Amino acid sequence: MTREEVFAGINEVFQDVFDDEEICVGETTTSADVEGWDSLEHINLIVAVEKRFHMKFNMGEVTTMKNVGEMADIILSRI
Amino acid sequence: MRELEYPFSEDILKKKKRLRRMLLECEGVNYDDKNIAILGGSTTDDIRAVLELFLLNYGIRPKFYESEYNQYYEDAMFPNAELEAFAPDVIIFFTSNRNIPVYPTVADSAESVEEKLQAVYGRFAQMWDHVAETYHCTVIQNNFELPFYRLLGNKDASDIHGRVNFISRLNQMFYEYAQRHENFYIHDIHYESASYGLEKWSDPFYWHMYKYALCVPAIPYTAFGLANIIKSCYGKNKKALVLDMDNTLWGGVIGDDGADHIEIGQETSLGQTYSEFQAYLKAQKDLGVLLAVASKNEHETAMTGLKRPDSVLREEDFASIRANWNPKDVNILEIAQELTLLPESFVFVDDNPAEREIVRKQIPGIAVPEMEEVEHYIQTIDRNGYFEVTNLSADDVKRNDMYQANAMRMKAQAAFADYTEYLKSLEMKGTIRRFEPMYLSRIAQLTNKSNQFNLTTKRYSLAEIEEAAEDPDRITLYGKLEDKFGDNGVVSVVIGRVEGDTLHIELWLMSCRVLKRDMEYAMMDELAAQCEKRGIRTILGYYYPTAKNAMVKDFYGKQGFEKAEEDEEGNALWRFALTPAYQKKNTVINVEEA
Repeated sequence: MTREEVFAGINEVFQDVFDDEEICVGETTTSADVEGWDSLEHINLIVAVEKRFHMKFNMGEVTTMKNVGEMADIILSRI
Repeated sequence: MRELEYPFSEDILKKKKRLRRMLLECEGVNYDDKNIAILGGSTTDDIRAVLELFLLNYGIRPKFYESEYNQYYEDAMFPNAELEAFAPDVIIFFTSNRNIPVYPTVADSAESVEEKLQAVYGRFAQMWDHVAETYHCTVIQNNFELPFYRLLGNKDASDIHGRVNFISRLNQMFYEYAQRHENFYIHDIHYESASYGLEKWSDPFYWHMYKYALCVPAIPYTAFGLANIIKSCYGKNKKALVLDMDNTLWGGVIGDDGADHIEIGQETSLGQTYSEFQAYLKAQKDLGVLLAVASKNEHETAMTGLKRPDSVLREEDFASIRANWNPKDVNILEIAQELTLLPESFVFVDDNPAEREIVRKQIPGIAVPEMEEVEHYIQTIDRNGYFEVTNLSADDVKRNDMYQANAMRMKAQAAFADYTEYLKSLEMKGTIRRFEPMYLSRIAQLTNKSNQFNLTTKRYSLAEIEEAAEDPDRITLYGKLEDKFGDNGVVSVVIGRVEGDTLHIELWLMSCRVLKRDMEYAMMDELAAQCEKRGIRTILGYYYPTAKNAMVKDFYGKQGFEKAEEDEEGNALWRFALTPAYQKKNTVINVEEA
């Protein structure tokens, strides 16, 4: 899977979780950039991304992940 | 909505915003509004969000109060103006084994283990007593799931120092409290977590990261458990299973294979599986769920399947049988009419996906579970919680007998030319009295279950019924009806509010199982007698139309009321001038003097 494909997958998940088809995430997107992305919605994102890519984040990764680019890095290292 | 039926869509959590939007866009739903307080010992945000979806899907529109993280005890026990103003209909204590403050240690004596047990239990019991007194509402309490590790290994279960043992005993104490208290229900996360898989359910990742007491992907399962208790309390259970026969009740096609060659009984694995399913259905029937058949077969041929000595189900187990070549949706509507039930209170069980699809399309609101492999039939029906039991009243267990007695009455009726003669031949005995403690739970249940013969469709919680029973400004009546074929139990309820010399009828309902028996006239006679005693001169009746109660649109007219007002939506006010010369209307039911 290419980095572009991973981003496309992540983007779908974001659109579903926030019920907003306009969302477009990039390398440096953080929670500050998406309305409604609070700590509670964060967990739904994590769970949905895990399901989408059939992988699991560990606790260390979830706590240190800084932006969507880092999320993609972890996914790419795992699949 | 298919996504919200078992087996659930994987995407409920991810798509919860869209699902909520879609549910709220459904038109023509008459929602019951309920205030639900979730007092949690862990994070409950997504539990609330998913619970809302399931409740909306059941026709209940919740408003929520949610405690701050782990404030369940404080919120419940201390003066709480916000919660009081919220006036909850239901309080959910969503706690888990993370909220057990002390466990035994290996150094503890038997006495000190017992003390710890009493301390933990006592803190909960005191809280339940307190909210029952303060809020008079339904209380739902989680039991405890098993711990995710066992210091003593297998011995953790049997040794008093083990956590498994401690939790099992605590749960037992919770159950004993539930057995002694009405309006108090256990939400069985112990079973849910076992069924889901404790290993996944208790993944500590979710506790340490987000303070969820269960793994997030399991949230739909636990929220569904809560929703089922709530909808059952508010009378939204299904009432009947309408069953296909070939490859549903037995393996094979009886018309082709013959009764001797269908798969049922103990001879083959497949036969055993169908037998187990039939035994499950029979057990549901014993709980008061009605069974009916809608099957494409020749009637006589189909019955030979039920006559096999190894068939668990017999012809007489079914309240209605339609084995013919008509479309199934037509048969189902006829069954509904015959049993005076709404088709949306049915669960249609058929192995054929095409039949399922037609019925799903033709009959809105009917439940049509995905019956895939026979070995999973039971789970698919059971996990859907169609018949969730909250109050197991003696009437429920007798319901099938009552419907069968109805069938006998129908036959008896055929022999009489004159309907009044027929009614007299039934030798009916009525008991009509002010609410009495032993019937309060049945009365509350009726107010939540009756949709068709119900003038105002006002729902009452048990606490509100208790309150009405004691209110000197209310006239309350319940009616029981017995006849030579059987006892129908409590079938009618009237509540009126006295204001000066006027009575406002807040509620008048009757179970459809006693339609056309003149019970409503017997109730009116007793109501008039009660009013006469209190010097009431005017009785005001209200009719509020719903999608289901058209049959009582002119009810008050038949009782001799005059229509005083009616608005565009059909809401009507009816007036009755009571005089001492009131003529009794009932001549066929022998009503016992109070």
